[in-house]
Formats: sequence, C-alpha cells, structure tokens
Amino acid sequence: MLQHIIQLLPQVLVDGITLGFVYAVVAIGYTMVYGILELINFAHGDIFMTGAFIGSGFLFLFISLGLMSSLPALLVFLIVIILSAMITGGMGVAIERVAYRPLRKRNAPKLIALITSIGISFILEDLVRFIAEWKTGNYIVTAPSLFNHTFTIDIHSIMPFFNNAKFQSSFIVVLVVTIIMLIGLDLFVNKTKWGMAMRAVAQDRETASLMTINVNRVISVTFFVGSALGGATGVLFMLQYGTIDPYIGFILGIKAFTAAVLGGIGNIRGAMFGGLMLGLIEMFAAANLSTLTGGLFGSEYKDVFAFIILILVLIFKPEGLFGKATIEKV
Amino acid sequence: MTEMASTNHFLEVKQIESFYGQIQALNGVDLYIDKGEIVTLIGSNGAGKSTTLKSISGQVQPKKGTIHFEGKEIHKNQAHQTALLGIAQVPEGRRIFPRLTVRENLLVGAFAVKDKKAIADRMERVCGYFPRLKERMDQPGGTMSGGEQQMLAMGRALMMKPKLLMLDEPSMGLAPIIVQQIFDIIKELNKEGMTILLVEQNAYQALQIANRGYVIQTGNIVLEGKGSELMTNQLVREAYLA
Repeated sequence: MLQHIIQLLPQVLVDGITLGFVYAVVAIGYTMVYGILELINFAHGDIFMTGAFIGSGFLFLFISLGLMSSLPALLVFLIVIILSAMITGGMGVAIERVAYRPLRKRNAPKLIALITSIGISFILEDLVRFIAEWKTGNYIVTAPSLFNHTFTIDIHSIMPFFNNAKFQSSFIVVLVVTIIMLIGLDLFVNKTKWGMAMRAVAQDRETASLMTINVNRVISVTFFVGSALGGATGVLFMLQYGTIDPYIGFILGIKAFTAAVLGGIGNIRGAMFGGLMLGLIEMFAAANLSTLTGGLFGSEYKDVFAFIILILVLIFKPEGLFGKATIEKV
Repeated sequence: MTEMASTNHFLEVKQIESFYGQIQALNGVDLYIDKGEIVTLIGSNGAGKSTTLKSISGQVQPKKGTIHFEGKEIHKNQAHQTALLGIAQVPEGRRIFPRLTVRENLLVGAFAVKDKKAIADRMERVCGYFPRLKERMDQPGGTMSGGEQQMLAMGRALMMKPKLLMLDEPSMGLAPIIVQQIFDIIKELNKEGMTILLVEQNAYQALQIANRGYVIQTGNIVLEGKGSELMTNQLVREAYLA
C-alpha cells in the first residue's frame, strides 16, 4: 500500500501544487476583504468564475478575428489575462460601491453585508449563464486551449520507486503566473504606501481616517486588487482545466475560503499557505483514498478528507495556522 | 460666502449638537480657539469631551451647529478631509496600529505627503521630541509600553505637521513622571507655534499649561475662562481639583 502511495507521489505533487496555487490566489481575495471589512465576500468565488468566462470570451474573439495564428500563444495569453484582470478588478470595485458601501454608511449589521454578498454571487452566476447561453447556446463552455503540450517528468529512471509525472505546458504557466501574483501581492502589501494604508485600515479604520487616509478609497483598492487577482486566476483555471460553467466559482470559492480560514483569516501569507496545503491534501486524497480505505471510499470523497483536516486544525487551533490570538493593549 | 465672514477665530465651534446613535451627547457646544493658544476642555467621564473632539475631527458629524477652521466650514467633512486641512487628533487610548512597526505608524501620519525629503525631515523632528521612538523603529507598535505608545501616537500626529493638534486624555493610565514629560512636550510644541486643544480629566495639570479653558458638563459648556482663573474657581475646585 505504502509503495503504491509513494509511486503516485510525483503526480500528486504536480497536480496538488497547481490546484493549491489556484486556491491560494483566490483565498487572498477573501482574506484581504475580511481583514479590512470583517466581511466574508461570498461573491469573490464568482468573480473568479467571471474571470474565466471573460478570458475565454477574449480567446473566442481573438480566434474569430484570426489573431490566434498570427500572434505567439504567450502574447495572446498575456493580453487576455491582463484585460480580464482589469475587468474583474473593476467589477469588484463596482460591486463594493453599489452593494456594500451603502450598507456600511448606514451602519448595517455585518450579517446584512454577508447576505448581500450571497445575492451578488447569484446575480453573477445567472448573468454569466445568460450571456454564455446567448452567445454559445450552452452555459458549459469548452475554452480554446493555448498551452496543451504534454510533458513527462522521467523521475522513474532516476528513482525507480516513483512513477513518472505528467503535466501540460499550461501547468508551468499556472505555476509561474500564480507565483508572480503571490510575490507581487506580498510586496505590495508589505512594501508600498498603499499596502501600508491597507494594513492600517484593517487594524483601526477610525484612526487611519484621522491620519488623512481616505478609508473608502483604500477599500476600493483592496477590492480592485483582490478581484483582479481572482479574475486572473479564473483565466488560469480555464486554461488548465478547459471546461468551465457558471457554477465553478461556488465550490472553488468555498474551498478557497476554507484555505483562508486554515491559514488564519485576515492573514495574507496564511492564505497562501492554506491554499497550497489544501490543494496538496485534496490531490493526495484523490489519488490515494481508494487505496487507503481498501476501495471503500473513492477519489470522489477527496473534499470530505480536506474538510476533515480543516475541522481538525480548527479544533486545536481555532485562529488558524497563522492567525493571531493576540490581545491588543488599549 | 457669508459663512466666511461669520467667523474670525482659528477654530470656531458654534452650537453643535451631536449624537451617539439615539443618545444626544452634545446639546449645543460653543467654543473657539485662536492661533497659538493652548485651550483645554475639562469635565468628568461622559460629559462630552471626546464627542466634542470627534465632532471637530469629523469622526462624528454634528446634527446641528457649525464648525469653522480658518474660515472654512468643516462640520460636514469626513475625518480624512478635516485631517488634510491640518487638524490632527491624538485619540483617546492612543490607538496605535499594533501590528505596524513604529516606523510604519509614523509613516501613516505622513500618508498624504508625497515629498520623501519632507517625510524624512518630519521623522527626524519627531525623533527629536521622542528619542525613545528612534530606538524602537522596527518594533511592532503593540509591543511598546503605555508611555511609549502615547509618544508614538503624538509622533504619528506630528508627522501630519498639523496646524491644530487635539489631544484626547494624553495622561490617561500613565505614570506621573511620564505625564510630566508629555506635558513638557506639549508646552514645547506650543512655544514653537502650534495651536493645541487639550482634553483632560487631569484638570490641574491641564489648566496649568492652558491659556484658556472650558468646563463641560452633560453636553453643555458651563464655564469658560483663563486657565489661571478656572484654577481658582469654586466650582472647578470642588468638582475637578479636589
């Protein structure tokens, strides 16, 4: 049994890392907004989904314009991901303006904002479904592929106890882009003036406003950054997994949120780590559950496995792995 | 434009009424400050001292009345807009950003300043007043002692290079020797030309350094006068200096 698990390990790592980085970037969107507003923005998963659809929309557009054959795939990819990120970023800002800010102004209870975010989530799903069906006749869309060259890591010949791992070239794209986004965000939050303002607002909104910081603008920036990253990750997801539908944001959103909680909600590096961990656990479970339970549970139970881990972590460390259970001095 | 003509004090608060939710905290407060003064507002817990400050700084918007600063109407402003005009408030309980470093706390005060040189100059000045901060630049604000946090809160406000500095109970919870240091620095700042509005429960110490003072009770100004006069006033002596 152990031998079988070890054999599969390289493939589990490749798949787990891909999925994990996707979770990580989406988790950041949840954790940043939570850090500032104490709002679980359930619409964030659907921003991710919308990004995937906008990205595939651009790809179809490029194909119909005949640009795909004349431009290198990497360039097409960069144009598409940047445009999609800008659009979803703008959508995040607009949603905050229209749906959340008026509630904040009236000092509505946080629960109201939470329910609102669920409403926004449904609106986005139906809107995307409507447009997708209108344009393609089906709400499940198979996106054009850009990077589908398959590579094999021939690890078996070096270490015979491992099986070979296979991946598509899109795996490398996902990996490189998500890592760039994670590092970029970390630098933004910790090294720039606006990142500092964001942290100040998260820690004490009232005092930040006494220090000339326009809190609403900081909140807008937060939504822009989180939603742009979420939308860009949607594009990556579309390239990596090919088929998308308007409901992919729901389950992925829940898992990314789980990752954020796992890492300690409000903690950005925690969200990164939590996402990566969740991806790895999930893929490990998918590959090995059947072996581990003697065929009783198949890989479809992978989510249960991941959530059991979450529950265990939270029982023993309720603030999450990197959460701060600090008492603040007054 | 008639608004401009109606006031000639540096800061003028007229008949403001402010609420906390349903509760009326101020019932028509009047006060003014002239340039270069130290003015103190004394009163007991819940009298409306902090609400007055918050109304000026824009954290609470008064339902009635007007506030003018250098002739400009500011009572409808949001807090950051008033801060940009040059009014800095050191909030009650210091309200340091606990997980930002001391340096970052100070930089937040200079958020609106683009010129790097100006920021560095201000930083140097603040460290001149509070040498302790210099030693602790890279430590999280939340790990410092109460006195150090008060210094940081004042330093952070000074990074704004304010025209009017409002301090809300700077002596609260501090050892007498630290309180003395803080008050010495307030005096020094004033000597260098800064206008100061000081809210205190520690009436004796506040009246000693103030040019003028106001006494507030249940949302009304009940007494005003020179610092030295208030110090000898019967009501003040009984209620606040006993």
